[in-house]
Amino acid sequence: MTPEIGHFALALALALALIQSILPILGAARNDVVWMKSAVWTSVAQTVFVGIAFAALMTAFVTSDFTVLNVIENSHSLKPLLFKISGTWGSHEGSLLLWVLILAVFGALVALLGNNIAEGTKARTLSVQAWISVGFLSFMLFTSNPFDRVFPPPLDGQDLNPLLQDVGLAMHPPLLYLGYVGFSIVFSFAVAALIEGRVDAAWARWVRPWALAAWVFLTAGIALGSWWAYYELGWGGWWFWDPVENVSFMPWLMGTALLHSAIVTEKRGAFKSWTILLAILTFSLSLLGTFIVRSGLLTSVHAFAVDPERGFYILGLLAVSIGGSFALYAWRAPSMEGGGLFKPVSREAGLLVNNLILATATGIVLFGTLYPLFYEALNDGQKLSVGPPFFNAGFIPVILPLVFMMGLGPFLSWKRANVGTVAARLKWVAVLSVGFGLVLWYLVRGGPILGYLSLMLAAWLLFATLREWALRIRLFEESFRVTMRRARNLPRASWGMTIAHGGLAIAIFGFVGSSVWKSEQILFVSPGTEISIAGFDVTFTGAEQIRGPNYVAERGTLSVRRNGEDLGFLYPERRYYPVADSSTTESSIRSTVAGDLYASLAQPASENVEGANVWTLRILYEPLVMLIWIGSSLLVLGGTISLTDRRLRVGAPRRTAASQPAPLPIAGE
Amino acid sequence: MRWLAFAPLLIAAVIGGFFLWGLDPDRDPNAIPSVLISQPAPAFDLEAVAGLDMPGLERADLVGNEGPVIVNVFASWCVPCRAEHAVLTSLVEQEGQTLFGINYKDKPEDAVRWLNELGNSYARIGSDLSGRAGIEWGISGVPETFIVAPDGTVLYRYVGPVVGDDAVQTFRAALRDAEDWQPEAGT
Repeated sequence: MTPEIGHFALALALALALIQSILPILGAARNDVVWMKSAVWTSVAQTVFVGIAFAALMTAFVTSDFTVLNVIENSHSLKPLLFKISGTWGSHEGSLLLWVLILAVFGALVALLGNNIAEGTKARTLSVQAWISVGFLSFMLFTSNPFDRVFPPPLDGQDLNPLLQDVGLAMHPPLLYLGYVGFSIVFSFAVAALIEGRVDAAWARWVRPWALAAWVFLTAGIALGSWWAYYELGWGGWWFWDPVENVSFMPWLMGTALLHSAIVTEKRGAFKSWTILLAILTFSLSLLGTFIVRSGLLTSVHAFAVDPERGFYILGLLAVSIGGSFALYAWRAPSMEGGGLFKPVSREAGLLVNNLILATATGIVLFGTLYPLFYEALNDGQKLSVGPPFFNAGFIPVILPLVFMMGLGPFLSWKRANVGTVAARLKWVAVLSVGFGLVLWYLVRGGPILGYLSLMLAAWLLFATLREWALRIRLFEESFRVTMRRARNLPRASWGMTIAHGGLAIAIFGFVGSSVWKSEQILFVSPGTEISIAGFDVTFTGAEQIRGPNYVAERGTLSVRRNGEDLGFLYPERRYYPVADSSTTESSIRSTVAGDLYASLAQPASENVEGANVWTLRILYEPLVMLIWIGSSLLVLGGTISLTDRRLRVGAPRRTAASQPAPLPIAGE
Repeated sequence: MRWLAFAPLLIAAVIGGFFLWGLDPDRDPNAIPSVLISQPAPAFDLEAVAGLDMPGLERADLVGNEGPVIVNVFASWCVPCRAEHAVLTSLVEQEGQTLFGINYKDKPEDAVRWLNELGNSYARIGSDLSGRAGIEWGISGVPETFIVAPDGTVLYRYVGPVVGDDAVQTFRAALRDAEDWQPEAGT
């Protein structure tokens, strides 16, 4: 019965979305307030019904209802409860339902919290949001119904892919989707503005909190996915330039550009059509990600089961949404420019350069991701793959100047910056970071010049960010009390910027340190084998069989010493999941800020090796890798703090009007 | 500016066109074309499996047969091979195909036990204990199955077990094509 309720709720949600896609926008055109206001209750009711459908599917998973095909294919009665719940979004159908749920939630949030948004803009935005809902709800109902039943039901399920049975990955898709789909509301705002033919500072102020919230979720989602790959896949890397990683990274790059471009639109009334284009592009790239993961177009470890019919349907959705919005853009955008003159050295120019670099970097990633497809189409089915060497060679040199600009940008004033003042303020930052680079080069040999250069730029960014913060609070210039008061009164948005920029600098230390100065050994070990790596003395003492709830595992024991001092043990596992008939590696990591000692175990790859007690061990030392996770957390923290800035609270009264009733909070608070 | 505003639409349309091409249901993005296809089979010479009353396999055995032959790379330690064995057996027994085997990195006594248990419909089996022949054939795993024309040209390669309706139909179609195949003049 529950699955039928879910199915029915989805159909009702589609009906509501259809109403919402027509009535409010017509109301906006006819200036009919009742029609415009209808978007509020349709979007809330839509969320309720999609929520019911989602709860119905989750119930089927938690109670192991093996009459539902989706549950059979992705669950098992012995699976731990957490993974039964996360199994809800582990499949194509379930994850699509989550997608639609988040889409509806964002619509409802705008409907409920956007009280200060002009009625016409709000109505149009919610109608556009409903167009997306109609597309995806009908896609679900017609090609990917998660509630399909099976008769007779089997005794037990086929289990969720064991690689996905992991806490990190249970949380990864919801966060990533909150980011991807969060940008839908920005897209809807942009399309609504194009339809209305008007973009102003108020529009940018309405859009920015939503873009920022989506960006925070996307950042957290990508970081969590990367962390999962690092400790679960057992390869010791945190980024592989896999197509599916790339399609999550591209909206992030564009979304970052959008955040910065929207500031210019808000403060200076410039970059209007560019901000609109970025809003459309960011969500288009999110849709592209959805399409690539679900169509089987490219080979990837992440791809869902392939079904050409679904591929055609999503491509149709893409053609309508992306093609339609770009066509609208081509028609309307040229009449939208103007306002905000600025000199070549100014905050605006700095942000423009930032945007151009981010757009170029996105273009490179897009080209590298799709190049295998282009090549195959133009060369009569011949294949090639594009791997990390292309992306490292193309992406890194483009993105490094951005790191330099990030340090410089906050020192530039709007409209026209004084070169002399900026240079004077950054003098010691430059000296310090060059000095840091030289000392590093002297102390740590054996890296490529690009490695030292990257770390020097990361130091530049970190020092410049701290310098800018110190300037703002007049650190050491005034008494401690004054400094503290200034720090307290600093707008949340500028705290957010300082933390996020500093976080990126810290993450870059991790990116560079762990890729350039990594040591790795892959070797056969038997009990008693001693390995020395990066100053550690590691001894393999043996492996034993252990049993988990729905797997059996072989667990190796490694004792770790350095300079004769005992540092404890590593226990890498190789798990076998009998129901799904597949194996996973559980690497064991000794983490410190200085670096991670990482071990993962595999069975002997070659049948020639005699004797059962020989194992393939992969052992790595990756310096500074923890800084990636610390830096990413700071990015998320910075974004969240910035989100709580009064300026971004939709229509918050001015700071002086503190006695007025508290404004409605927005997402993220 | 007016024309520049069309650039995103144009780029999206071009990329969309490639996507439409890429969705062709006959296209398998995971298929790796073998460099061996339409090339002469590699040279190899494998001893018989010790303890099995059956001759070994070498390059010359592939040439001059009445029709195309199937060359199957298998091992007793390979679980999917067990499922595939029944399919290959039925191709031999019901359709009269010729089946050769390459026993890949397998202990002879294990291979003998495996064949005794499941039945042996191979005409010849070569023992590739070192994996050298596997390298010559460019296999990426076990099982893999090739179809070789009477003149020794490799016509088809199937990666993974020929198990399940789709796989068996694909393989049968390749066999039919192989039977109709004529060497090009001058080669």
